[in-house]
Amino acid sequence: MASWLSTETKVVVQGLTGREGKFHALAGRDYGTQVVAGVTPGKGGSNVEGILVFNTVHEAVAETGANASLLFVPPPAAADGIMEAADAGVALIIAITEGIPVNDMIRVKAFLADRPNVRLVGPNCPGVIRPSAKVKLGIMPARIHRPGKVGIVSRSGTLTYEAVGQTTALGLGQSTCIGIGGDPVNGTNFIDCLQMFKDDPETEAIIMIGEIGGSAEEEAAAWIQANLKKPVASFIAGRTAPPGRRMGHAGAIISGGKGTATEKVAALRAAGVLVADSPALIGETLLKAIKG
Amino acid sequence: MKVHEYQAKEILRRYGVPTPTGRVTDSPEEARQIAKDLGGRAVVKAQIHAGGRGKGGGVKLAKSPDEAFEAAKAIIGMQLVTHQTGPEGRKVKKVLVEAAADIAQELYLGITLDRAIGKPVLMASKFGGMEIEEVAHRDPTAILKEPFDAIAGLQPFQARKVAYALGLTGETHKKAVPFLLALAKAYVETDCSLAEINPLMITGSGDVVALDAKMNFDDNALFRHLDIKEYRDLDEEDPLEVEASKFNLNYIKLDGNVGCMVNGAGLAMSTMDIIQYAGGSPANFLDVGGGANEEQVRNAMRIILSDPNVKGVLINIFGGIMRCDIIASGVVKAVKEIGCTIPVVVRLEGTNVEEGKAILRDSGLAVIPADGMKDAAEKIIAAVAKGGN
Repeated sequence: MASWLSTETKVVVQGLTGREGKFHALAGRDYGTQVVAGVTPGKGGSNVEGILVFNTVHEAVAETGANASLLFVPPPAAADGIMEAADAGVALIIAITEGIPVNDMIRVKAFLADRPNVRLVGPNCPGVIRPSAKVKLGIMPARIHRPGKVGIVSRSGTLTYEAVGQTTALGLGQSTCIGIGGDPVNGTNFIDCLQMFKDDPETEAIIMIGEIGGSAEEEAAAWIQANLKKPVASFIAGRTAPPGRRMGHAGAIISGGKGTATEKVAALRAAGVLVADSPALIGETLLKAIKG
Repeated sequence: MKVHEYQAKEILRRYGVPTPTGRVTDSPEEARQIAKDLGGRAVVKAQIHAGGRGKGGGVKLAKSPDEAFEAAKAIIGMQLVTHQTGPEGRKVKKVLVEAAADIAQELYLGITLDRAIGKPVLMASKFGGMEIEEVAHRDPTAILKEPFDAIAGLQPFQARKVAYALGLTGETHKKAVPFLLALAKAYVETDCSLAEINPLMITGSGDVVALDAKMNFDDNALFRHLDIKEYRDLDEEDPLEVEASKFNLNYIKLDGNVGCMVNGAGLAMSTMDIIQYAGGSPANFLDVGGGANEEQVRNAMRIILSDPNVKGVLINIFGGIMRCDIIASGVVKAVKEIGCTIPVVVRLEGTNVEEGKAILRDSGLAVIPADGMKDAAEKIIAAVAKGGN
């Protein structure tokens, strides 16, 4: 399977009438994305700069054929919004919202378990972009991206931009960039993205950016070793983070001596992944990985 | 968010979790009265947000009301140092006075999120009173883990299984099952990130009681638990972190000398890392967030500079949503207002970067521009070293 985004991607923006929803919906449309609808309960029938607003996602899908959702709904109602999109048959849901309670996400995951065809990316993430198709579902600045061959997956937003900036400067460009988000319970994990990059003909090399907390990087390392032939470079943020403190992202916490950067770097290196010691060296490290 | 032991026990009692009888107080006189009401013998426990209170002298057994008075007098107002407080310790404002217990056995119970499976997991061990990390380190098989469904809740068969695994039998086993179910219900319904009973006490008469209790809550869910939000104790938090939280800034104080202001949590952590990689030491973590305004940037700068250890500041912004010109004018205003005399290195990238750089250039301030993260880190460390001569 290739990238989750294509020129066929039609987006409904949940929370279109909010400040952020509007700003990023229009930025996405300017980039070339087909933004076909918005949803804000109670505001159906209005429009935002020519984008029709519906009361429900079901209506938006029925009327416009939307097959992806970009969600900006505020935290208390965000889980409900994700489940609404899934129930309406939206196959790709990108949840940007930061601050969703963990228990709400546990409920969302259980709801999605019955709907294996739905992919949730995030929450608390910058979204997904595919420069070659001019499709952007997210809040990333489009202009730093160039069509190219590097697949990037990351738990962090601005750190992804750093990697994008470096691969653009080196002339490599990006195939698809995915922010999986900084929350402890999320929809799409590293392995889902690595699997997609493995099968994606556009992706020739991969950057994986992790951070402290949890064991997703360790699991990804094992998967890479067993399944992936394409070159991979990595960086893990938080080597200097103190234990027991939540470093901004709800998921970025070292607890009980587990989830340290040192463990993650060691697991990745053991799997043959080149890990950059400094965030400034992500691009160069990838070049080394490509040259073998 | 963390709460005190006495607050956690209040919440747990609402769910039917048995705890020792007792009351909290900030006065030794009242401690004497509470001990009297409890029949004379009592345990006086310092209330701070840190473990290891007993070793630090914050928990005392009193054999009489007068001894409870003396214990409370010694503990209230003391600067209690434990392995979790740092060397400066934490000032004790309140003590919990509880009936002295007849302890036959001490066990461990804890519930937290198992991130790998996205479900809560009940952990139990026969080694009560020890830190679970220590138990895990010595013998991982000594900890029983029972994941459960957060929607369906912990089921009785799971509680029975765990109670048997703890070696509990007869009447004690029968009492342990509802205890476990109540604890799990409290964990889910109050949106805990951690609920820990350590030790869980089995009394001489076979009762099952939460001798200690620790509960941490999911900050993101506090909007639906306004009663629990009230339990926040600002005195237990770093004053600069409290100040930062007023402006929705994510700030964590560290002990280095290079202050940093960054947008985005991952980039903020990486900035700390690159400071260390270049031979320096970060003074803080500070994420101004994705859409900060000039006011937030100004306050972020003020908070960084009010840490006396800070000898230089690195500002690292990769503006996506965040506009570089907003950052630049916030920094200029703050520096002019505070009269900053230490070196400031600024790395701007992204939206409106040229406008941002122009604002800094035209401000007349001695702000050092940098290209890229590596250059920025090296420049601030060189500037701090020079300032130290």
